[in-house]
Amino acid sequence: MSRVTKFASRDPGPAARVAGFIAHLRENGLRLGVAEADVALAALTHVDAIRPGDSRRALRAVCTGCKEEAERFDDLFDSYWMDMGRVRQKVVPKAKSPTNDDVHSSRDANGGDAGASGSATAPDIEGGEAEADGTGKLIATNQRNMRRRDLRDMVRSEEIAAAEEVARQIGAALRDKRSRRRIAARKGDRLHFRKIIRHSLSTGGEPLRLLRRKRPDRTRKIVALCDVSGSMSVYAQVFLAFLAGLMRADSAADAYLFHTRLVRITEALRDKDALRAIGRLSLMADGFGGGSKIGPSLMRFADTYAKRFVDGRSVVLILSDGYDTEAPRMIADALAKLRKRGCKVIWLNPLKGWADYSPVAAGMSAAMPYLDLFKAANTLGDLAALEQELATL
Amino acid sequence: MTWTELRTALAAEGYVASDDLAVALQLALSLGRPLLLEGAAGVGKTEIARTLAQARDMRLIRLQCYEGLDAAQAIYEWNYQRQLLTIRAAAEDGETGRAVEDRIFSRDFLLERPLLAAITQQAPPVLLIDEIDRADEEFEAYLLEILSDFQISIPELGTIKAVTRPVVILTSNGTRDLSDALRRRCLYTYVDYPDRATELAILKSRCPEVEARLADQVVGFVQKLREEDLEKSPGIAEMLDFAAALMGLGIADLTDDPAVLQSTLTTLLKTQSDQARITPEVAGRIAGRAA
Repeated sequence: MSRVTKFASRDPGPAARVAGFIAHLRENGLRLGVAEADVALAALTHVDAIRPGDSRRALRAVCTGCKEEAERFDDLFDSYWMDMGRVRQKVVPKAKSPTNDDVHSSRDANGGDAGASGSATAPDIEGGEAEADGTGKLIATNQRNMRRRDLRDMVRSEEIAAAEEVARQIGAALRDKRSRRRIAARKGDRLHFRKIIRHSLSTGGEPLRLLRRKRPDRTRKIVALCDVSGSMSVYAQVFLAFLAGLMRADSAADAYLFHTRLVRITEALRDKDALRAIGRLSLMADGFGGGSKIGPSLMRFADTYAKRFVDGRSVVLILSDGYDTEAPRMIADALAKLRKRGCKVIWLNPLKGWADYSPVAAGMSAAMPYLDLFKAANTLGDLAALEQELATL
Repeated sequence: MTWTELRTALAAEGYVASDDLAVALQLALSLGRPLLLEGAAGVGKTEIARTLAQARDMRLIRLQCYEGLDAAQAIYEWNYQRQLLTIRAAAEDGETGRAVEDRIFSRDFLLERPLLAAITQQAPPVLLIDEIDRADEEFEAYLLEILSDFQISIPELGTIKAVTRPVVILTSNGTRDLSDALRRRCLYTYVDYPDRATELAILKSRCPEVEARLADQVVGFVQKLREEDLEKSPGIAEMLDFAAALMGLGIADLTDDPAVLQSTLTTLLKTQSDQARITPEVAGRIAGRAA
């Protein structure tokens, strides 16, 4: 039997189906405009649209824009066009009701079953309780937390605004690194005398073009990695607000979350609506408040994203308590690899703020030799106080 | 022309394209949209433009991007020396004022750089904008204007409209994120390392003299090597070098002599730590599994 979706008989025709498909992609987070629907239709006329393979390839070329989207495209294509012969009711994109944003719809769809399995497999979802019962000991756990936690319950929009201010200051402290030397530039504040003289030779000694030079900005790019495992969940509120603020204050910054996996959240946090950004985050960060695998997460970062986004002008900011379930060697290796890219590594550990803290956790002590700065940070105030230290880095 | 015909035409020029790539190329040709190719270094992104130009008998115009690339090197520049000489000559002839000015700001004094050259050709060329991620974001903005309107404004001369639309192919290694605006204007394909059968076909079409058994071993070895944890995975060009090196040394079987195999690995492993990681034992093990 064919797997191709059987559309309802009142379906208005191929154009509407393609428009419906574009709407389907848009609901799943691909950034497509009206023009893309047009191009998609045009593209289908140039291939053998009857053959699913051809249509799939054509639509993929038109509708995706980066590697991640290309990888997700097959599933999205299947779910719309290859619905195992099931009749789909809605093919025409309808106007969205104001309350129905994509965050709500997908959360409602699978929130229930995820929550049901969570209670059985997540013994310590509340890291806060461990602290409250007086033992004061936070340990890393091996379990993945299957329950999906809504981060919007933890972060309020005023906090994001406050964090944005702090992040802006820190960003400015890190970023304002102008070079001492001047180099040739199209729009410079001074004349590049040597170059002008040299150039004037070819024009018979007349300085026809005035060449300029300036102090180039050596901007530093902030890459933040935030640990959201169970042992960190008390601090997650501050750090998430900080990340959200950082993303909004600095368009070049980059952010990641990790617990047992590593997730890039830069795109999600750039959402114009701050709370919706956090909402999108909770969808991506499932496993939030579970176990921590710092070493493997950092290693994965060093192997993949760091190759694209970290260079000698980056500052890698790790927000974690250093309680890891994996071998501490992994953290050291990952950091060594990161350092090789020439970046500065800053580790902000909330536990350092405790009296008599020493970095005895095996992971933390393994990381120490590779850090440019190791500081405490529990609250937004602490983060703001870092500004001075960061400026001298 | 359907995409299968295009793929056959490319294969005749020695390029084995995947189905995805062939469809995307055919759409780029028929819709007149730029095609953005992303992928690791050495998967054949640049080569596809060259082959397409050969297969369709079009001229290839290449713009290699680098940090600091500006309009003068990418679009156009005035020929200052010639202008100055003309002014001097005109002064001796007693010619002055507007006439000279009009003359020195005409097309004769314009040095065409790749982007301007690409839109003023009589027959549509293939315009390859290589490693766009290396260029600055400002340059990306210039490019957007040209790619959407296919026209270039020169303040002294006016707007030059495209005579024919070039087939534009952009490549990127992903060293930085490209702007959404640029991505939106382009068709997109991610070019991955080829699978075993495709890579074997590439080797056979580029080095037909390699024996089938050795070819199979070489491709198997390189494919296995890519699964290892390397800083720089070997690309297709490296695989071809490797095969050529083995041929040159007269080796018929990879597992014969570990010492020779190790010495030919210099064609595949390009960093010190990668070379340290693939010891003769590891290489032998991979070769054994690949055979």
